[in-house]
Amino acid sequence: MSDSIVNEEIDRRPESKWSMVGKDPYSMPLEKIDLAHPGIWQENEFLPFLKRLREEAPVHYCAESATGPYWSVTKYKDIMEVDTSPHIYSSEPTIGIVDAYEQFTIPSFISMDPPKHDEQRRVVQGVVAPTNLKALEGLIRQRAQTILDGLPIGEEFDWVERVSIELTTQMLATLFDFPFEDRHKLTYWSDVATAIPGGGIIDNNEQRWAAMEDCLATFTRLWNERINAEPGNDLISMLAHGEATKNMPPMEYLGNILLLIVGGNDTTRNSITGGVLALNQFPEEYDKLRSDHSLIPNMVSEIIRWQTPLAYMRRTAKVDTVLNGQQIKKGEKVIMWYASGNQDDEVIENPERMIVDRPNARQHLSFGFGLHRCMGNRLAEMQLRIVWEEIMQRFERIEVVGEPERIYSSFVKGYAKMNVVLHPKKAA
Amino acid sequence: MVKVVFTDHAGSEQSVEVATGVSIMEAAVSNGISGIDADCGGSCSCATCHVYVDKAWLGKLDAMNPDEDAMLGLSTDRQDNSRLSCQIRLRDELDGIAVTTPEFQF
Repeated sequence: MSDSIVNEEIDRRPESKWSMVGKDPYSMPLEKIDLAHPGIWQENEFLPFLKRLREEAPVHYCAESATGPYWSVTKYKDIMEVDTSPHIYSSEPTIGIVDAYEQFTIPSFISMDPPKHDEQRRVVQGVVAPTNLKALEGLIRQRAQTILDGLPIGEEFDWVERVSIELTTQMLATLFDFPFEDRHKLTYWSDVATAIPGGGIIDNNEQRWAAMEDCLATFTRLWNERINAEPGNDLISMLAHGEATKNMPPMEYLGNILLLIVGGNDTTRNSITGGVLALNQFPEEYDKLRSDHSLIPNMVSEIIRWQTPLAYMRRTAKVDTVLNGQQIKKGEKVIMWYASGNQDDEVIENPERMIVDRPNARQHLSFGFGLHRCMGNRLAEMQLRIVWEEIMQRFERIEVVGEPERIYSSFVKGYAKMNVVLHPKKAA
Repeated sequence: MVKVVFTDHAGSEQSVEVATGVSIMEAAVSNGISGIDADCGGSCSCATCHVYVDKAWLGKLDAMNPDEDAMLGLSTDRQDNSRLSCQIRLRDELDGIAVTTPEFQF
């Protein structure tokens, strides 16, 4: 284990002095706003901070934070500019805000620039391409039906655990052809990979590394199985047989596996939960949906915007440059806050509302744009569409009980727990 | 006005007439042609307005820029006549151009 992996000096604990929880976003000095601390994200207090930056400092420099200095980009059009200029804004060395030890310093194509990024991505994108997904649709639907049919009616239970996690984990096991009975390990590794020490899932980075070693050992066994078999359509077989990936060093293999696990897990999971929450906050939208199920595909895009399951992606300036009037120096961190761009009322009308029939709902930032645009976007949309089609067949209403528990992270924007009660459809 | 003929993956054909200067993507979106998503709104950064250009028309188009080439490189259904329709501006010489939309945008 490398010593650089263990760096507990970066204090991102809830009680850290850097937390902005409970502070008034408009009375604190502008330069003190530090969106990277997870506190306001977990407490659901982030929106007014984002709004103030969009209004007063759309390209904002935070000189002091637990994670070092960084730029925050909060307007839709500026985010678009950064995302589509890989020659100026690099994805290397990492797309997470913390340098040196964090989850994504394990190399994977999300944190590579062309041409290596393009070569490695090309090997695996076929598995989540729409042509391949068409063949998976029946299986996804069957699994969604089984999960929904097994839920208790009229009593409180945790939607995150019983539906969102279960569905996305089953799908991931299918894509990897991972032993189905061990599928919960995938969820665990995904959670651990992005967890912040002290935030509830792990206490320190040694624990993270123990889990990652187990993950690598397990996937190495599967690699060895697949490399000795005929090429198959699962992700591991594709990596093992692909020209650009078959000689990958173990850490790079681990990085790409983790990327696919996290990418295919947290994000869809939190959008499944977020949709239920949004329809509870906007009951008139739930009414619209009940009267017209053909709105589901559009609603899926809108849920993905409203939830924005990954709050940001980081880039690093490759050269001195200017963005919306601000001078950015070579080597500085630039954070594109998708969670803010998706709330930019210059581009999106009434952005705080989830509107199931919103026009141009597909033009959200949640998948990013440019070469790093989310590879699994069609799989995510398909999973969400199917789960909502099946929900609307069965339940009159999914009632959220109390406040959901949110995840302690400024990167993964989601839910640890959300209790609901199901109300069945009345017999016709 | 310039005519554009869209054929979907199943072979059904629809024609639209639009002013010169607009892109083929805009011609599709403003006339309700299905099969083109245009998620990024025309900035060559998502590849969801992918079309196959009828080979008779390919030679009349401007060469693709490196950004378009890179975005198309991420598509699993790319062919020799693949283009992003947001990058094709309609001119009088393109009157009647025929394109086919893929079964899926990715």
